[in-house]
Amino acid sequence: MIPELGNFALIVALLMALTQSILPLAGAARNIPSWMSVARPAARAQSLFVAIAFACLAYSFLSNDFSVINVTQHSYSRLPAVYRFTATWGSHEGSLLLWTLILGLWTFAVTLFSRHLPDDMVARVIGVMGLVSCGLLLFMLLTSNPFLRMPMAPDGSDLNPLLQDPGMVIHPPILYMGYVGFSVAFAFALAALISGKLDASWARWSRPWTTAAWSFLTLGIMMGSWWAYYELGWGGWWFWDPTENASLMPWLVGTALIHSLAVTEKRGSFKAWTVLLAIAAFSLSLLGTFLVRSGVLSSVHSFASDPARGLFILAFLAVVIGGSLLLFAFRANQVGLGGRFALVSRESFLMANNILLLTACGSVLLGTLYPLFIDALGLGKISVGPPYFNSVFVPLVLPLLFLVGVGPLARWKQASVPDLVSRLKWGFAASVVVALLLPFTMGAWKPMVAVGYLSALWIVVGVAINVQSRLRSGAGWSANFYGMNLAHLGVAVTVIGITMVSAYESERNVRMNVGDTITLQGYTFRFNGVKHIDGPNYTAERGALEVTRNGNPVTTLYPEKRTYLASGMPFSDSAINYGFTRDLYTALGEPLDGGAWSVRLFHKPFVVWIWIGAVLMALGGVLAISDRRYRAALRKQGRAVA
Amino acid sequence: MKKRHRNLLLIAVVVVALGAIAALVLNAFRSNLVFFFTPTQVVKGEAPRERTFRVGGLVEKGSLSREADGVTAHFRVTDTAQTIPVTYKGLLPDLFKEGKGVVAEGRLSGNGEFVADQVLAKHDENYMPPEAASALEQAQKAQKTLVSPEGKQ
Repeated sequence: MIPELGNFALIVALLMALTQSILPLAGAARNIPSWMSVARPAARAQSLFVAIAFACLAYSFLSNDFSVINVTQHSYSRLPAVYRFTATWGSHEGSLLLWTLILGLWTFAVTLFSRHLPDDMVARVIGVMGLVSCGLLLFMLLTSNPFLRMPMAPDGSDLNPLLQDPGMVIHPPILYMGYVGFSVAFAFALAALISGKLDASWARWSRPWTTAAWSFLTLGIMMGSWWAYYELGWGGWWFWDPTENASLMPWLVGTALIHSLAVTEKRGSFKAWTVLLAIAAFSLSLLGTFLVRSGVLSSVHSFASDPARGLFILAFLAVVIGGSLLLFAFRANQVGLGGRFALVSRESFLMANNILLLTACGSVLLGTLYPLFIDALGLGKISVGPPYFNSVFVPLVLPLLFLVGVGPLARWKQASVPDLVSRLKWGFAASVVVALLLPFTMGAWKPMVAVGYLSALWIVVGVAINVQSRLRSGAGWSANFYGMNLAHLGVAVTVIGITMVSAYESERNVRMNVGDTITLQGYTFRFNGVKHIDGPNYTAERGALEVTRNGNPVTTLYPEKRTYLASGMPFSDSAINYGFTRDLYTALGEPLDGGAWSVRLFHKPFVVWIWIGAVLMALGGVLAISDRRYRAALRKQGRAVA
Repeated sequence: MKKRHRNLLLIAVVVVALGAIAALVLNAFRSNLVFFFTPTQVVKGEAPRERTFRVGGLVEKGSLSREADGVTAHFRVTDTAQTIPVTYKGLLPDLFKEGKGVVAEGRLSGNGEFVADQVLAKHDENYMPPEAASALEQAQKAQKTLVSPEGKQ
């Protein structure tokens, strides 16, 4: 009964989405206010029905309804309730439903916070978002229905052990909030193209939404990285796995977009470019979701593949990307160029920022898609691994980091080089000296560490000088300004984390008998043997590793080697002692003869800085959204309407 | 500087920068592509000697042994037609099992042994790494057309 209700809700949601797109778009085109006014109620009804469908699926999972194929394949009666709930999005079908639900949430938010916008703009934005909803709902109903039934199965085959983790509760929803959030920027861009009104106010409306989506995406990627770090047992924080790349690409373009939007709002330049970036960011989000979810890429994230799905996905992507680019081609000449700027100016620095970010995105795209093309053409199987991405990324990111330091200090329109030099020379000299000296404190001087420190310190210096001159000028609080600086500081923190852990991490894979000790970077690990334990849906051997430093106890770590009951799948659960300047990471390998085990030990200096930096970036985004400018515009418009 | 000159300079800077970036990316790309070979191809000597590549197939039953250090593993990878010996120092992934699919990345050593620096098994029990699946498929095809295995090329 409940699954049928869910299925029905999906069908109603599709009808609502059709209404939400067709009537308002047609109404805006022919200037019929009554048609346009359908946008908000239809959009709200659409999100409500998607939410009902989602609730039905979640209920089926929580109540162990093993007559639903999706539940049988991804859940298990002894799975803890929280993971039964998260299993709702643990499958291809369920994750699509989550995607659609989150699109509904964003649409709902747009209906709430668009009171200050002209009616035709609102109608077009909500209409475009409705078209995207239509595509996803059709996809779900035609090829990936989560509510399909079969004769009641005795029990389920359990959720993949890797997904039975608290990370599953927050990582997918937050990441999707980011992916899907770019649909708002996309809808604003298309609405502006259709109406032909691409002006500063369009950029100002679009900015907070884009920054919000970007902040979510930053957090989502950060959580994915952290999850992979502790869950996969390899101790890596970034694998250049195609699925990670799929989230990194929209992030890179999204980062370019929030910077380009700033230029469009402040100076009226880069308009066509900004529109193109908004289209690209959302297209890459779609591409990423589908690449990951369709089974084209094989990884922990991919589910069963089905040719019908692949075809629908290709067609959907072709319509979205092709359609919006076509619209762009027709309208781009009306966009206009905006203000001129000099060779050295804030604009030119931001242009360089955009070129570098887009090149980085392009190189990731090349490395991710090329093997797929070669395979599809039957030319053999190849893979592109971390060495490619590292050797391309580092030279592209270094100049970018330099720009982060200097760009915000440059004036709009025309900046004076002597002025920049005189403001930054002492800071630069100090950064160089400190960057050259700091690596000595770690024991071994390495050139890449000095370069990493220099980039990070340079950013800190840039931020400090910028903040100091603002304080001295007596200008008041600006959430936008401080948000930007906080995010840039986050970049510096992440850079330090990456530099330190890449240069100084140590790893040991060893056989340990009970009572054996291994010393790693001053920490002594003593293996106290394993104990058998029973979990709710698994059994495990739990090892105990006592850690001491100079004879003083630090902690005891308990890595586990689990076997899941339903699937029989083995799984190593790592144990980590987190610290501000180092992580101690342990994982069990295989049991060897005589009670010995193979054990993996890591000492990872400053690794948490990587994620702390990402959180600072996201917080910077949140702070920027709270800027009075966006709300002041809102109030003013509100009064004008009232 | 005149405006026209300045614009030309700007364009020149952008073109040079883009050219340098493209050269960097393509060069890195070319030197870091990792090709895949089946055990049959490796035995035939088609795999490169001085370069990292991937080999995939099934872990031959009964072929896994460990050295006394507990972390150096020896096993054989087969595509059912040919097998090659593989050495790997490190912890094998959870889903590494005899009789199951595997992909190893590394180089051939002088004595014909494949020294892996990475061993990939997949994250799901029933899932076969696509490269391993294709190796088996090719070997089966080759066996069906055994009349002239060379003529197939």
